[in-house]
Amino acid sequence: MESSNNDSKSVLDSSGEFSSGVLLAARSINKEFADKKILENISLTIEEGQIVTLIGPNGAGKTTLVRIALGLLPPDSGAIYHRPALRIGYMPQKVQVEPTLPLTVSRFLQLANRHDRELLGTTLGDLKISHLQDHQLTSISGGEMQRVLLARALLRKPELLILDEPAQGVDLGGQAELYRLISDISDSQGCGVLMISHDLHLVMSSTDEVICLNHHVCCHGKPEHVSNDPAYLNLFGASASGDLAVYTHHHDHEHGIGGGVKEHHHD
Amino acid sequence: MIDSMTLFFTTDFVLYALAAGISLSLVAGPLGSFIVWRRMSYFGDTLAHSALLGIALGLITDSNPQLSIIISCLLFAFILTLLDRRPSLSTDALLGILAHSSLALGIVVLALADSVRVDLEAYLFGALLTIGNVDLIWILLVSTVVAIVLYWFWNDFVSITVHAEIAEIEGANVKRLNLILVLLIALTIAVSMKIVGVLLITSLLIIPPAAARSLASTPEQMAVKASLVGSVSVVLGLISAFYFDVPVGPSIVVVATLIFLLFYFYPGVLKNKS
Repeated sequence: MESSNNDSKSVLDSSGEFSSGVLLAARSINKEFADKKILENISLTIEEGQIVTLIGPNGAGKTTLVRIALGLLPPDSGAIYHRPALRIGYMPQKVQVEPTLPLTVSRFLQLANRHDRELLGTTLGDLKISHLQDHQLTSISGGEMQRVLLARALLRKPELLILDEPAQGVDLGGQAELYRLISDISDSQGCGVLMISHDLHLVMSSTDEVICLNHHVCCHGKPEHVSNDPAYLNLFGASASGDLAVYTHHHDHEHGIGGGVKEHHHD
Repeated sequence: MIDSMTLFFTTDFVLYALAAGISLSLVAGPLGSFIVWRRMSYFGDTLAHSALLGIALGLITDSNPQLSIIISCLLFAFILTLLDRRPSLSTDALLGILAHSSLALGIVVLALADSVRVDLEAYLFGALLTIGNVDLIWILLVSTVVAIVLYWFWNDFVSITVHAEIAEIEGANVKRLNLILVLLIALTIAVSMKIVGVLLITSLLIIPPAAARSLASTPEQMAVKASLVGSVSVVLGLISAFYFDVPVGPSIVVVATLIFLLFYFYPGVLKNKS
């Protein structure tokens, strides 16, 4: 306990080492649950406008790392640096709303930001969920729920988006669309993104840095680099790199997040 | 009949009972909604039972009974919140032990302190019609405070109830808000004792929101409609207590339950009328 305090102090004291572009940095994070090492000496840095993807098998410690980075969970040792007054938009892995709690989509979103009606309207429009406003949160589909959660994260006007498996429960065509959307948001608002994903081939085109995690950092770097890294291939099997072909063909239509075919509207 | 009813409702003690019952119902609506949403009904029961221990301790230390109930409820709420943060203990079993041991202990202490005549039944099932000046002032004071705090933190309370972690990332102090909410529940339970008694307090907090659930599409609607259901239950409960010559507290709870059953099985019953 004492050593972790000292560690965090030393990093905070030397925070001058971080350029102003650094939103979040983790240094030498260790975490155990019930004597089982979940995270071993993890470090990562996220800068403005950068998309960092955490990838790894189930139980690799991805969510634990994200929760530590958010400050929801204290690490056993190591330090987390947040840029002062950093605004984070957080999309957790799974949100289950208590069935006795009546909640419309728009009321849920107003919990994040009660006063800015205009921002609410444009965010709903950008995510194509305006029509869901008056729906009960318990009645929308998994894919729609993911968009609503993303909307809530965006309503904080975040400088850093932290997304825990944003495409969970979304069908394959909708997943590609969602990742494209996240990439667009990062571009247009200049915010950094830290997200968890299972599938490198899906996030490949929209991510700057991939960290392949299995309790420790197996490999990291540009997606093209990671997808050929022996550690990555060892973890996911050689067939994983073949899936990249998914991205080489051109779509003449796209699938909505619910799976329905949407025509492109070019104007 | 009409005349005697008019007479009944202009009597001082009935007016006091109405004022006390309705003002508590108004705050019990939103507060009880949180108890339902957060699945805290057992927690409420435990607090209510501990209130009896508070009365007993107040009697043997010869202090103000209302104040000793309030202090013991707040103390219990605080202790329970602290224990709840320790995941190694089973909350359910812990509440069960505390609820019944404090109830039993309270009854034993009351029996031992036989220098004072205590109407145990009044504490267990309520004695709304014996409410006096001082009681009413306490009730009005506490419900005003609870209403103000609820209004002030409303969005935060709803936010931590829907998803505590998102709320925390958005800047809410979840632990502090949880504690404030629990203390509000404790305060309300402490002053509601006179109305429906230790054994029925939680029902007054839970049944009106449960009845309002099917009529609401936002948390605010549920809270407001629960307040209305509670107030109507108090009025109809008083009338039927007078008409059928039955105890007031249980009668209020029975009316609330009938309203709950009505809306549960016929959620459209109000819409058809309009």
